[in-house]
Amino acid sequence: MSFGDKVRQSQLWKSIFRHPAPVDRRNRVLVILSNLILHLHPVAIQKHAVRLHYTWCMGGISAFLFLVETITGVLLMFYYRPTVQWAYNDMLALRDVVSLGVLREIHRWGAHAMVITVWLHMLRVFLTGSYKPPREFNWVIGVVLLVLTLLLSFTGYLLPWDQLSIWAVTVGSNMAKAAPMLGHEGPGQQLLTIDGVDLITSGSDVRYALLGARSVGEEALNRFYVLHCIALPLLATFLMAVHFWRVRKDGGISGPL
Amino acid sequence: MLVDSSEFLEEIAATLVGLHLVAAAMNGIAAWRGLRAGGGARLRAGAWLAFAALFTLFAIWAGQHTPPGLPDTIKTAIDAALGPVTLFFGSLAALTVLYLGREFFVRPWVGWCLGNAAMLFFNLSLADPHFAQTVLKPDNVPIVAMIFLLGYFLWLGTAQAVENDRRLRQGQGPREKDFAEKTLVWPDLVYIELICMVALSAVLIVWALVVRAPLEQPANPSLTPNPSKAPWYFVGLQEMLVFFDPAMAGVVLPTLIILGLALIPFLDFKTEGSGYYSIAGRRFGYLVFMFGFLQLWILLILVGTFFRGPNWSFFGLYEPRDPHRMPLFQNVNLAELFWTSLLGRAVPRPMADGGLARFTAILWREIAGIAVLLVYFLGIPLVLGRTLMRRYLANMGKARFTAMVLLLMMMLALPIKMILRWTCHLSYVVNMPEYSIYF
Ligand code: HEM
Repeated sequence: MSFGDKVRQSQLWKSIFRHPAPVDRRNRVLVILSNLILHLHPVAIQKHAVRLHYTWCMGGISAFLFLVETITGVLLMFYYRPTVQWAYNDMLALRDVVSLGVLREIHRWGAHAMVITVWLHMLRVFLTGSYKPPREFNWVIGVVLLVLTLLLSFTGYLLPWDQLSIWAVTVGSNMAKAAPMLGHEGPGQQLLTIDGVDLITSGSDVRYALLGARSVGEEALNRFYVLHCIALPLLATFLMAVHFWRVRKDGGISGPL
Repeated sequence: MLVDSSEFLEEIAATLVGLHLVAAAMNGIAAWRGLRAGGGARLRAGAWLAFAALFTLFAIWAGQHTPPGLPDTIKTAIDAALGPVTLFFGSLAALTVLYLGREFFVRPWVGWCLGNAAMLFFNLSLADPHFAQTVLKPDNVPIVAMIFLLGYFLWLGTAQAVENDRRLRQGQGPREKDFAEKTLVWPDLVYIELICMVALSAVLIVWALVVRAPLEQPANPSLTPNPSKAPWYFVGLQEMLVFFDPAMAGVVLPTLIILGLALIPFLDFKTEGSGYYSIAGRRFGYLVFMFGFLQLWILLILVGTFFRGPNWSFFGLYEPRDPHRMPLFQNVNLAELFWTSLLGRAVPRPMADGGLARFTAILWREIAGIAVLLVYFLGIPLVLGRTLMRRYLANMGKARFTAMVLLLMMMLALPIKMILRWTCHLSYVVNMPEYSIYF
């Protein structure tokens, strides 16, 4: 018996993989059915659904990039403290001191890449008319995922706490000041008064809710950190689960009738 | 990156050598595939070999710090021709040509010629310090990659759509139909995914090793950089601030973009045409989406990142970013044009306080703008529903039709405002600072 066979006959191996290697039809079916990750797939699909010409693999690549971001993100969290005192210094340390000194790079370029691949994925879904019934709802989920991807990127942009980040976020959050009804410089703000007292002021409008203050500072850093590392990823993970589930329930990758 | 030329040439050398070699290698592969295919492709393989040789030569020159670049006359001419308006409508014209001539442009050899032209233009431009300075900013590198990726995938998608449209005309099913047979996910899909993951990891690692993540000076709330730019994917919104006020550009329009995207399947709701690339059967929806995506989303991002400098002034590709350049226009509101230029009277001034009377006076001052908006958002849709788009109204029903037309009018508001800004320096159609309403 070869070494490989011995391993595959061992109790340990068999306790993990419940069937022989996927070399024949029966076991190729079983491997998909019995493995948690692989069972996201159907067992068999139309040939055209695996053609790179058709899907460009962009949805899959977006999902993979999200995984890369999660892993590198967790590693970065080991080093990073979201306070005005430490954030920038921790960036310097990540660049100059920490071994595997490209963590930040992989995380940042992966994030940019994900924005692009999500756009390309949307373009492909549009070009193939795959948003049409019965896939309307999954398109809507996709739009929400697109927004979440952008928000994840945006909240992460603040964390290095350098000139680039605070001013980019200042530009972005200043727009919230002008939100109709909800921003203190927006149209309709004057309508929300009680006895001449404004309800919406620079200390109570949406920008204040976003930043936790009137300008980008310690409070904003903390809020963006929590959004970036916890709230948004959880939400995105959940919606991706729904997205993949619906791809299957809507009849698999779209194709001509 | 320094503008001192010898130092610059030394710094840029490695990048240029790399890029020229990539272009050469891609042409080499194209030539090899052409030679194997035989026939007419053989002949073209010769051309690709010539390109490969040219790029290799350029790589060698770049390695010796004498990279080939565009002549100054051409650079000056390009910069002189570029402006926010020419860029928008030039790109629109180019896309229209590509669209109308798509049967021609999707031929692989034509596509590859365009690809070579793009790489040639990019690599030659990169020998210019100002071009390099903007384009090679670490956060801008992905945008450049996106332009090339988008070009390739648009070509790939259109090529399949053109083929399918031809087949449908001839009464055959779309190409996707030929692959209706089932196949097992292990190994056929799982292995593709694995290879994708390995390749992508390699790309990310190389990218991370070559380009360092930017880290500027520590945050300083009292030192505002000029310009302060939003992250690149939001720069399109920032660019819209040139034409709209923050409430529109930053809140209303983004909300409508998201809403409009989410509504697409409910506006284009027929089941036919799903699951294969096609253009012929869905021209209207296709053109609207592509206009929104390419012109209003991608192009505005490119303008905002590559062409806007200090004070949000417009700069050419090869110009130094002069911090003292100010935007030129003295803009006027429609109320002034209407009362002063047209009627020759003073713009009415509402009294400083006094509830309803003041409100009416403000409305009176803005009467021209309000009329324009009413015609634009109510009149035109009503007329369209009775005339040009009668069929759409009948097919879609009132609710869907109204939503679609209003979204379309919002979309078109941007290019229309661009034209008005260009021709009559118009700032706002309706301008009521009293209520923070600007349109
Ligand atoms: C984080 C972002 C996203 C991830 C990870 C993701 C992932 C995926 C994956 C893996 C698929 C399977 C087919 C394929 O790869 O093309 C898929 C299909 C689909 N996606 Fe997404 N997606 C995302 C965002 C979006 C967006 C922004 C849209 C549209 C606005 C969208 C709409 C759809 C639709 C309609 C399908 C079904 C397509 C078909 O059956 O041909 N998704 N997605």
